[in-house]
Amino acid sequence: MTRPVHEPAPLPEKAKPREGPPQDLEMAPYWAATLEGRLLVQRCIPHGHTQLYGRAHCVTCRGEVRWEDASGFGTVYSFTVLRQHHSRSLRHLLPLVVALIDLDEGPRIMTNLVDVAPEDVRVGMRVEVFFERVSDDAALPLFTPVPE
Amino acid sequence: MTAPAGRRAVIAGAATSDYPVLPDKAETEVHVQAAERALADAGLTFDDVDGYATVGYYPMYCVGMCEYLGIHPTWLDETNIGGASFEVHVEHAARAVEAGAAEVVLITYGSVQLSAMGRRIGGRGGSVSATQAWDAMWGNTLVGSYALAATRHMAEYGTTAEQLAEIAVTFRRHAGFNPFAQYRDPITVDDVLASRMVADPLHMLDCCVVSDGGGACVVTTEERARDLPKRPVHVLGGAHTLTHALNVSQSHDLTVSSAARSGPLALQRAGVALEDVDVLQLYDSFTITVLVTLEDLGFCAKGEGGSFVEGGRLAFDGALPTNTDGGGLSACHPGMRGMFLIVEAVRQLRGEAGATQVADAELALVHGTGGMLSTGATLLLGTEAP
Repeated sequence: MTRPVHEPAPLPEKAKPREGPPQDLEMAPYWAATLEGRLLVQRCIPHGHTQLYGRAHCVTCRGEVRWEDASGFGTVYSFTVLRQHHSRSLRHLLPLVVALIDLDEGPRIMTNLVDVAPEDVRVGMRVEVFFERVSDDAALPLFTPVPE
Repeated sequence: MTAPAGRRAVIAGAATSDYPVLPDKAETEVHVQAAERALADAGLTFDDVDGYATVGYYPMYCVGMCEYLGIHPTWLDETNIGGASFEVHVEHAARAVEAGAAEVVLITYGSVQLSAMGRRIGGRGGSVSATQAWDAMWGNTLVGSYALAATRHMAEYGTTAEQLAEIAVTFRRHAGFNPFAQYRDPITVDDVLASRMVADPLHMLDCCVVSDGGGACVVTTEERARDLPKRPVHVLGGAHTLTHALNVSQSHDLTVSSAARSGPLALQRAGVALEDVDVLQLYDSFTITVLVTLEDLGFCAKGEGGSFVEGGRLAFDGALPTNTDGGGLSACHPGMRGMFLIVEAVRQLRGEAGATQVADAELALVHGTGGMLSTGATLLLGTEAP
């Protein structure tokens, strides 16, 4: 299912834009899909194990893997609220909610929770993905609470 | 560890450098000062050294230090698992001397991260390669990673901020007895909770200090140590492992650290039981690091660490004396603190620990933690041969 891909918000003075992903041959399909609003996970062909980040083979059974679309839904495994940051590309976003999300397909991924007050975030909260473009090559998967 | 009686591994010398603030020293000078003190403590010189281990942030760091020191050892180790690396170096060095691959192994650590870079507690250290940068794009930091573990531990087991704070309060009390400690004034649980929030739920006083400093130790055989001045400390056993590297998303359970596997394996190799441990030196990058490590080593059940640390249990005069020098939370944390744990354990086992000396300390457990709660290395050190 395709999710919205937002343009980044205008930057405050002196702030730097968020950095895109490093060049990584193995992750190229993942980042290409983000520009189309699609979140991918790797699934192994022999047993259906899932994983992120992308690897040359399945870390559970060593079987062959392929990329497939994820639902974009998940659950908060844990979170923190960063109150300070060394990077000028992130300082203007403080307080920044950094969270680990267990995707419904299985893999756990790092992200930021946005459009939610930090004090309202809970472990176990249901969340869904959207994307924010960070470069010509990639959009960053970010998550927001699923409306109840 | 099984070795011929004469070749059993011991620590013959150990020392810290000056700390915690060294504005006029280069990193290499910190290594040298620690090395000279540890060798003098052992009654040995650089000419006796035929094995060397260290680690730092640059490529070929270990041989670079050899070149700088003007030594040309025939046994080298630059294993890097973060702050716990030096526990691994001691484990490796012990195996090497027992196998006859080296006679005298010098292990050194030096850092001037505070004076060189200032406070970097909110930052992420080191360089990152492509897959290791996976988590980093979302702005996660070192303290953020430990905060994620703390949030999960609280949600799963009801651990409270007050319980975490108790750890910082106890170690600060120890630092009050350590003239070199970076922070020595007593603090209360309320002080910790009132300190600035860095990454929820970790306050500034839940985080280690940022310091300069280093340390060194000398590993040799029991036979060689017989003629040396100080009472040797036996390296009874060691083990290390990882749960993930720099991506905390790759940990299956952030409330369980590497200590859950390195601890039991090290105890088994040492042939000693947890209940025989007299003094603990645990990596305390953050209060949550200590709490999780205590659970994983088996001192209490998973989830019970919060109530376990209450009532001053970890104090030098409590039931389980821990971090008797004030730890990284108060005394000194130059970035990779594992060497300080070893030096303090040796001091305790020799009865040289001063005001926080644990009476009749015969068995010490040292556990280093590296990375983002990623790696762990356990050592059992004792006054008696296995």
